[in-house]
Amino acid sequence: MRYLIPLLLFLGLGVLLYAGLGKDTRRVPSPLIDKPAATFDLPELRNPAQRVVSKQFAGKPWLLNVWGSWCVACQEEHPVLLDYAKSKQIPLVGLNWKDDDATALRWLATLGDPYDAVAVDAEGRVAIDFGVYGAPETFLIDANGVIRFKQIGPLTPEVIASEITPRLAAMGVQ
Amino acid sequence: MPRAVFALAFVLLASLAHAIDPLPFANEAEERRFQALAQELRCLVCQNQNIADSDAGLAKDLRKEVFEMMRAGKSDDEIKQFLTERYGDFVLYRPPFKASTFVLWVGPLLILVAGFAIARGMMLRGGPHPDLPGPIDDKVDR
Repeated sequence: MRYLIPLLLFLGLGVLLYAGLGKDTRRVPSPLIDKPAATFDLPELRNPAQRVVSKQFAGKPWLLNVWGSWCVACQEEHPVLLDYAKSKQIPLVGLNWKDDDATALRWLATLGDPYDAVAVDAEGRVAIDFGVYGAPETFLIDANGVIRFKQIGPLTPEVIASEITPRLAAMGVQ
Repeated sequence: MPRAVFALAFVLLASLAHAIDPLPFANEAEERRFQALAQELRCLVCQNQNIADSDAGLAKDLRKEVFEMMRAGKSDDEIKQFLTERYGDFVLYRPPFKASTFVLWVGPLLILVAGFAIARGMMLRGGPHPDLPGPIDDKVDR
C-alpha cells in the first residue's frame, strides 16, 4: 500500500510520456475540416491571361494541392500525383505557393504536369486562408465547397487509398 | 564609462527587439502594438519561435497580414480570431481557457495540490522514521 501511490503515479506518467513518443508534433490538426473552403481568383500558371477561380470547381469534389518548386517533399510526391491524375477521378488543382513562375513552369516541364489547373499564389495570401504552413498540403473539397480532408505532407498511394478514395465513394465518385 | 556600456547594451537589445523585415509603422505606439501581437503568435514552420522572431517565409507573410489587418482597423482579438480560424489555437502562444484546454491550464495546479496533499499525509501519518534517532532530549544538556 505504501508504494502503491508512487507506483501508480509513475505508471501514469510513463503512459503519458509513451503516448507522446510516436506523435509528430509538426502535424497541427486543421480547424478548417468540415468548414467551407476559402474562395480564390488567381492567375493560371501556364497561361497568365487566364484565371483560376475556385467557383469553377463547384458542383463536384476536387483536390487542391499546395506545392512549390522549392519544396523537396513536393518532388517526392510528384509521381503519386501524376499517377493519380491518370485516373481522371476528380479535378486536381495546383496552388503554386510562393514560387517563381519560370522555375515552376520548368519544374512541370521536367517532371510532368498532373494538374487540371494551376493557380499562382505568389504572395501566399490564399495559402493563409487555407491555413497552409508547409508544402505539400492537399485538400479534398466536396461539391458544396466544404473541406473534407487535409493531408499534411506528401500524398502517398496509401493515403489516397485509405483517406481519399473512401470519402469520394461516400460522395458518389467511383 | 559605465554610461557608455549601458548605452551600448541598449542599442544591442533594441536591435534584437526589431522584426526582421521593416514594416512602415506610422508611429511608435503602432509598432509596439504590432510587436506585442506578433510575439503572441506562433510560427507554424519553426514551432518554437513566434512570428516576430522567425525568418521563415510564412512568418513574414503573417507579419504582413497582421500589419495590414491593424491598418484596416481590426482589433487584436479580431486578428487573433482570423488566425485561429485558419491555424487553430496552436497559433496562439497563450491558448484560450476552454473545455479542450482545461487539462493544459489546470493540470499543473492539480498536480501541485496533489503533491502537497501527499506530502502532508506522509508527514502527519508517518511520525519519525524507525531508523532515525528519536527526538533529542534537551534536558540532558541542562
